[in-house]
Amino acid sequence: MMDEVPAVRSAEPVPAPASYGPPPVIAPGHTFGSVTDKISSIVLTRRTPFAWFVGFGIAFLLAMVLFFSITYLLVRGVGIWGINVPVAWGFAIINFVWWIGIGHAGTLISAILLLLRQPWRTSINRFAEAMTLFAVACAALFPLLHVGRPWLGYWMVPYPNTMNMWPQFRSPLIWDVFAVTTYGTVSLLFWFVGLIPDLATLRDRSRARVGRVVYGILAMGWRGSARHWHRYETAYLLLAGLATPLVISVHTVVSFDFAISIVPGWHTTIFPPYFVAGAIYSGFAMVLTLAIPLRALYGLHDFITERHLNAMAKVMLATGLIVAYGYGVEAFFAWYSGNEYEKYLMANRMTGPYALGYWALILTNVAIPQLLWFRRIRRSPIPLFLLALIINVGMWLERFVIVVTSLHRDYLVSSWGMYYPTVWDWAMYFGTIGLFVALIFLFIRFLPMISIFEMRAILPEAKVEDLRVL
Amino acid sequence: MTPASTELYGLMAEFDDPTRLVMAARRAREEGYRRMDAYSPYPIEELHEALGLHQTRLPLIVLMGGIAGCLGGFLLQYWVSAIAYPLNIAGRPLNSWPAFIPVTFEMTILFAALSAVLGMLALNGLPTPYHPVFNVPRFALATRDRFFLCIEACDSRFDRARTRAFLESCEAKEVTDVAP
Repeated sequence: MMDEVPAVRSAEPVPAPASYGPPPVIAPGHTFGSVTDKISSIVLTRRTPFAWFVGFGIAFLLAMVLFFSITYLLVRGVGIWGINVPVAWGFAIINFVWWIGIGHAGTLISAILLLLRQPWRTSINRFAEAMTLFAVACAALFPLLHVGRPWLGYWMVPYPNTMNMWPQFRSPLIWDVFAVTTYGTVSLLFWFVGLIPDLATLRDRSRARVGRVVYGILAMGWRGSARHWHRYETAYLLLAGLATPLVISVHTVVSFDFAISIVPGWHTTIFPPYFVAGAIYSGFAMVLTLAIPLRALYGLHDFITERHLNAMAKVMLATGLIVAYGYGVEAFFAWYSGNEYEKYLMANRMTGPYALGYWALILTNVAIPQLLWFRRIRRSPIPLFLLALIINVGMWLERFVIVVTSLHRDYLVSSWGMYYPTVWDWAMYFGTIGLFVALIFLFIRFLPMISIFEMRAILPEAKVEDLRVL
Repeated sequence: MTPASTELYGLMAEFDDPTRLVMAARRAREEGYRRMDAYSPYPIEELHEALGLHQTRLPLIVLMGGIAGCLGGFLLQYWVSAIAYPLNIAGRPLNSWPAFIPVTFEMTILFAALSAVLGMLALNGLPTPYHPVFNVPRFALATRDRFFLCIEACDSRFDRARTRAFLESCEAKEVTDVAP
């Protein structure tokens, strides 16, 4: 199509005078055409960078490790993992909570920041939403495999059956099924609705027939009509309004899996808010982990500016402090409650066999992130990238500490035990990281990783001038 | 409604910037044209008003979807727990409604979100496999950086020559016939 349709405006940004005030959310000098060309060219015309093949290859191999591990698990059963009584949850639940938490930043960026009218969300919301989708897919694998007979997983869904049995709706584990499937569905809808106008752009700009056909089918005949845009924007805002309470409810329900039980260290009311804050914390860390290399690899410094890095670092700092407060409250109430089991649990966390995990958690999740107070750190990509990786590890350790230290020594000394992950636990954990990264690589290769139409809308030239003057 | 012209869908005017498009849409409405549509590469708030379009019914559809999800979700749990499969769990009442709130909430959100998306697509008539506006080669730029106003031939005030002259007077860069 591009051959027939001459591009009238220059595709290169023209230099604009330096301005004062906060750094812009998009570098000056861009036009509708340059924004469209720059983002769509990553998918349509530019050569795929060598680094893409290397990265995708490694991630794909790790994903194969995951599929191999799943096959072995289906053959042998969950006994290949390190789980046993008393620690029956192990890596499966740790990884489930970790992954679902990572997903939360995507919804936060796309929904909550949209409602709060934060213009800097525009250039990061698309891949943050993709990240949500893939993280939820990885998360959902674990509880499904953990049930032991995943092929009977559909029994958790209420449907009329010949056994005449129904799910137990008073159980938080059933709440989880509903929360996670709703979250996955709504995230997919939100992401796809956001993609429709950009798919139409790709349809109109693709030179290959297969591209025109595939993007054309996905764009469903979108033509940018004013009537359509009006309903589209209404739908998008309503979805944002619906996704906002949803994202908070999902991690609340996940924390109910713990808080509704009577296990020491789990039965606490701080869990829902502290889990939600932790989810956003780890999610923003993952967004930065992905955004900083992508920005460097595809030269997206015009669209993902220092202002974005700074803003995301500030969100991490704030949610990190809430998480630190959560750890403090846990320790305080263990002492203040006067309950000997709670007191023992805290002492065991800090000095018991898994004390190394607890102190590593405090170091990675509370101590090191205090560097984010410094503006220089918040604005430099490499230190921020390293910090984000550290926080990812820290949030995983948090879930390890919560799951394992609470379960391994509860009320009866006779039923204490130790938990050691096996090679299969690790293979599945790293396998899901491989699956996640492979999906992200496919996404940036075949779909626009930045929302093109929303970038057009935040350009200065997008404003309609006062008609009375003209 | 006048019968649609068989050889022409309408006349399509192309504009360089959003301001001219909004101005043209407003003038066309003042001229009495009603069967027209504007096309832009991103949503323009003023355009909707300039074309004199109605508010969408979508929020009502979403509300109904949400209510249906809420009632359906709760009643399902009530029926399952109190009627179809009653189980005594720690002596709690069979209709232990506080325990049903999380699932009720999730179903409310799920049904409301589905009605938002499906409602939007249905009201927009998507998917549309064929539409005459795509017959204009330059219309491919409507998803890049160009703005279009199409006055359809089925409009009662449509006249090939007069409408073309009108569109040209609105500072259109180019006015093209749209094949049906």
